[in-house]
Amino acid sequence: MSNHHPARAALMFCAILFSAAPALAQSGEVNVYSYRESKLVQPLFDAFTKDTGIKVNIVSASSGLEQRIKTEGASSPADVLLTVDIGRIDEAVAAGISQPIKSEAVTKAVPAQYRDPNDNWTGISMRARVIYASKERVKQDAITYEELADPKWKGKICIRSGQHIYNNALFAAYLAHHGEAKTEEWLRGVKANLAQKPSGGDRETARDVAAAKCDLGIGNTYYWALMMNKDADKKPWAEATRVVLPTFAGGGTHVNLSGVLLIKTAPNRANGVKLIEWLLGDTAQQLYADANYEYPVRAGVAINPTIAGYGTLNPDKLPIADIAKQRKAAAALVDKVGFDN
Amino acid sequence: MRDRLNSGSNNRDASAVRTSGGETAVRAIATLTAALVALPVISIVVLAAQPVPDLWPHLISYVLPGTLFDTLALLAGVAALTLAIGAGTAWLVTAHDFPGRGLLIWLMPMPLAIPTYIAAYVYVDLFEPLGLAHKMLGALMPMQQAAQWLPQLRSLPGAIFIIGLVLYPYVYLSARAMFQTQGLDALEAARVLGARPWAIAWRVTLPMARPALAVGLALVSLETLNDIGASEYLGVRTFTVSIFNTWLNRSSLPGAAQIAVLALILVALLVVLERQGRHHRTYAGAENPRTIRRRRIDGAKGWLATVVCLLPAVLGFAVPLLFLIRESLRRGLADHSRAALIADTLHSLSYAAIATLIALLLGLAVVLASRWRPGRLRTALGTIARAGYALPGLVLALGLLAPLLAVDNAANALARVTGLAAPGLLLIGSGAAVVIAYVVRFLAVPAGFIEAGFARIPRDYDDSAAISGASRLTTLRKVHLPLLTPALIGAAIIVFVDCLKELPATLLLRPMNVETLATSIYQYASRGSFEDGALAALLIVAASIGPVAWLARFSDVPDGPA
Repeated sequence: MSNHHPARAALMFCAILFSAAPALAQSGEVNVYSYRESKLVQPLFDAFTKDTGIKVNIVSASSGLEQRIKTEGASSPADVLLTVDIGRIDEAVAAGISQPIKSEAVTKAVPAQYRDPNDNWTGISMRARVIYASKERVKQDAITYEELADPKWKGKICIRSGQHIYNNALFAAYLAHHGEAKTEEWLRGVKANLAQKPSGGDRETARDVAAAKCDLGIGNTYYWALMMNKDADKKPWAEATRVVLPTFAGGGTHVNLSGVLLIKTAPNRANGVKLIEWLLGDTAQQLYADANYEYPVRAGVAINPTIAGYGTLNPDKLPIADIAKQRKAAAALVDKVGFDN
Repeated sequence: MRDRLNSGSNNRDASAVRTSGGETAVRAIATLTAALVALPVISIVVLAAQPVPDLWPHLISYVLPGTLFDTLALLAGVAALTLAIGAGTAWLVTAHDFPGRGLLIWLMPMPLAIPTYIAAYVYVDLFEPLGLAHKMLGALMPMQQAAQWLPQLRSLPGAIFIIGLVLYPYVYLSARAMFQTQGLDALEAARVLGARPWAIAWRVTLPMARPALAVGLALVSLETLNDIGASEYLGVRTFTVSIFNTWLNRSSLPGAAQIAVLALILVALLVVLERQGRHHRTYAGAENPRTIRRRRIDGAKGWLATVVCLLPAVLGFAVPLLFLIRESLRRGLADHSRAALIADTLHSLSYAAIATLIALLLGLAVVLASRWRPGRLRTALGTIARAGYALPGLVLALGLLAPLLAVDNAANALARVTGLAAPGLLLIGSGAAVVIAYVVRFLAVPAGFIEAGFARIPRDYDDSAAISGASRLTTLRKVHLPLLTPALIGAAIIVFVDCLKELPATLLLRPMNVETLATSIYQYASRGSFEDGALAALLIVAASIGPVAWLARFSDVPDGPA
C-alpha cells in the first residue's frame, strides 16, 4: 500500500520528538515556567547553574501558564513560575497553584511591600510606569499622574491600549489610591487628552512624541533605556524625549513587579527555593536588573546608570498585593469610559 | 469472509461496492478525527458553562458594541480587499497573457509566507512618522509637511489594508484553480457571442467560481478573526482581542470562553448562510478539463495588467521581505547563536511537516467517509472536523490542555497500577501536543481543499470503477488520488506554511527547552524590539518560499494556445 511509507516516516519523526521529552523530577534540576522570555533569562540561569550545579529547564509563554500548570496537576514538572507583572502573579495565586516559599533569606532580602503577605510570591525586580516627555515642548519637571487628566494636556498624550497589563496595573494603583468615582473621572480626563486612539507599544509611544504627534507618552522605564543603549535606529526617539518619574499626589511612582512563585506541586521544591534565593542575591539582582534595565528589589544593589539617570525613584508605598486586587475593577472602568475606542 | 457479510448490508446503498477492512478503518478514522476536533471545543464549552455574574451586562453595555463593529468592519473590509485583489489578479493571470506574467505567477501567492503580525510591524515601522517613508518624503518637502502625507496605519482602515495584503493569496489560489478548468464551454460561448472581457468575468466566471471564492474567503475571514498580534498592535478591537482582555484583565476565563463560543456560533452561522446560498445550484465539474485559452493583452493595457498584479505582490511580500533582509544584515548573527537558530528551525520544520502529513490523511479520511456514504451524520462529522479553524490559536490551546492532560494523567495512573515507570507528561512534554494543536487548528484546510477537489470528480467515475469491480480503495488510489493531487499539494503547502507561522498555541503547548522560529520571534517582539528577531522571521519566510513557489508552479497548467 502506498500509504505505508509516509506513515512509517511519521512514526520515526514522532519517535525522535518523543525521545526529547525531558525527565520529570530529577535531582540537580529545576523547572521554570516563565512569562519572561527565555532568551532574556537564559544568561542568568546559566550563571545559576555554574554556581550551584543545578540545571534549569525552561518554557516561556505570553499567557496561559497558570492554566497549564493547573491542568497538569500532580504531574506538572513546574517548580517555579516567573512573571513580569502583578496581574499574572495574582491570577496564579487565585488559581491555587502556589505554595509558601518559607525562606528566611527571601523575607530578609525583599521589603514587605514587594512580597506576598502569605509568602506565595516575591518580587525580583521592578519597573516604573513613567512619562516620556518631549525635550523640546515640555518644560515642566514634576508631573503627577493625577495631572494627566488636566485639560492643559489636551491632544498631547499618547499611550498604548488601556487594557494592556502595564496600563491595567497603573490604573489599578490609581483606583487603590482614589476610589472608583475619582478614577473614572480621571480616566475620562486622560482619554480626552489623548492625541490618538490607544495603539502600538511603549516604543511607538516614544516615537510619536519624537514625531511631535504628542508631548507626553506613557511608557515603562526599561523601554527608554533599551532604545537609548541597544538600538541605533530607535535612539533618536529616546533622545527626543526625557524620562519624567511621575508620582501620585502626595505619594510615589507606580512600580510593577517581575516576580516569582513557588508551585504547589513542585517536584524539586528545594531547588526551586534555592533558585528564588539565588535570584535575590547580590550578584543575580545586579545581573537581572542590568540585563533588563530594571530596578532591583533588594536594597543596596547598584542601579544601572541609564535608569539611575532618570532621577531618584521614589516607589509608591501601596503594597503591590493591594494594587493587584483592583485589576478587575480597573479593566471594567477602561471599558466603561471607552478608553480604547 | 467479513467483507462478504458487510457487502450484503451495503446493498441498500445505491452506489455500494465491496466493503473492505480499509474502508471501515477510513470511517473509523473520520469519526475519531471529528472527536479529536470536538474535544477542545467541548472543553471550551464546558469552561463557558460556568456562570459569570455581572460580566455580560458590562460586556453588552461597554465592550461588545465596539467589538462587534470593529470585527465586522474588519472582516468586511478584508474580505472585499482580498476578493478584489485575489479574484481580480487570478482572472488576469489565468485568462490573459501580458508582460511579466510568467514571473507574476510565482510572485502572487508569496505573501502567504508573511505572518500578519510581521506585516503589521513592518508597515508601521516604515510608514509612521520618522520612518523610511517619512525620510524619503522629507527630501522633497519640510519634515512637518511630509508627516501630513503619511497614512494612519494604526487604525481600522490600516488594519484592513495590511491584513488584506498578506491574506489575499487564499482567494487568489482557490480562484485560480477554479478559473483554470471550469465551465470553459460557457466561457467560450460568451466569447463567441461577443461578450466583453469584463462582462464575461462579471457574469460568467465570477458566478461559476463562487464555491472556490467562498472557500478562499472563508480562510481569509477565519485568519482575520483569529489574528491577535496585528489587530492589537494596530488598535482594532476584534473578538479575539476581547477574548484575551476578558481572560487576562477582566480575570474571567469562563467569560472569555463564552465570548469564544459566541464567536464560534457567528462563524457557524456564516458557514450555514453561505451553504444555503449555494443550495440547489450546481457548479461546473471537471468533465471538460481543457486548458483555458489565454487572451493576449498588448501595449499599455498589458503593462497596466502587469502593474495591477505586481502591486499587491510587492506590498504584501517584497516590502516585508526586503525589510527583514535589511534588518537581518544589519544585525548579523549578533544576538543569535547559530546552533540555537538551527535547532529552532528544525523544531519548526519537523512539527510543521508531521502536522501537515497527519492533517492531510485525516482530512482525506473525513471527506472520503462522506463521499462513500453521503448522509447527515457524515456531513456533520465533516463540519465538526473543520471547527478548529474557527477558534483563535490560544483558545484552542487552552481547550486542548484538559483533554491532552487527561491522557497524560491516565497514562501515569496506568503506569502506577501496572508498576511501570511513570512516563511523565507524555503528550505535552514531547511536542505531540503542539502537533495535535496544529492538526486540529488547520484540518479545515485539507478538508476544504479535498472536498472541493472531489466535488469536481463526477460520481460517474466512481460508478464506472465500481462496475469494473474495483474496490473503493483501488478507486481511491487509481482514480481519485491522481485527480486530487493539485488539491492535496495545495492543502499541504498551506497547512505547512500556516504551521510555521502559528504562534499562540505553540507558545503555550511546547515542551520545556524547545523554541521554534515563531516563538523565537516572539521573544524579541515581546521586548518591543521585533527587528532583533528579523533573522528568525526571515527563516520562516525562507522555509515557506519553496513550498509556495511549488504551489504556484503546480497551479499553472502548461501553456495553452495563446
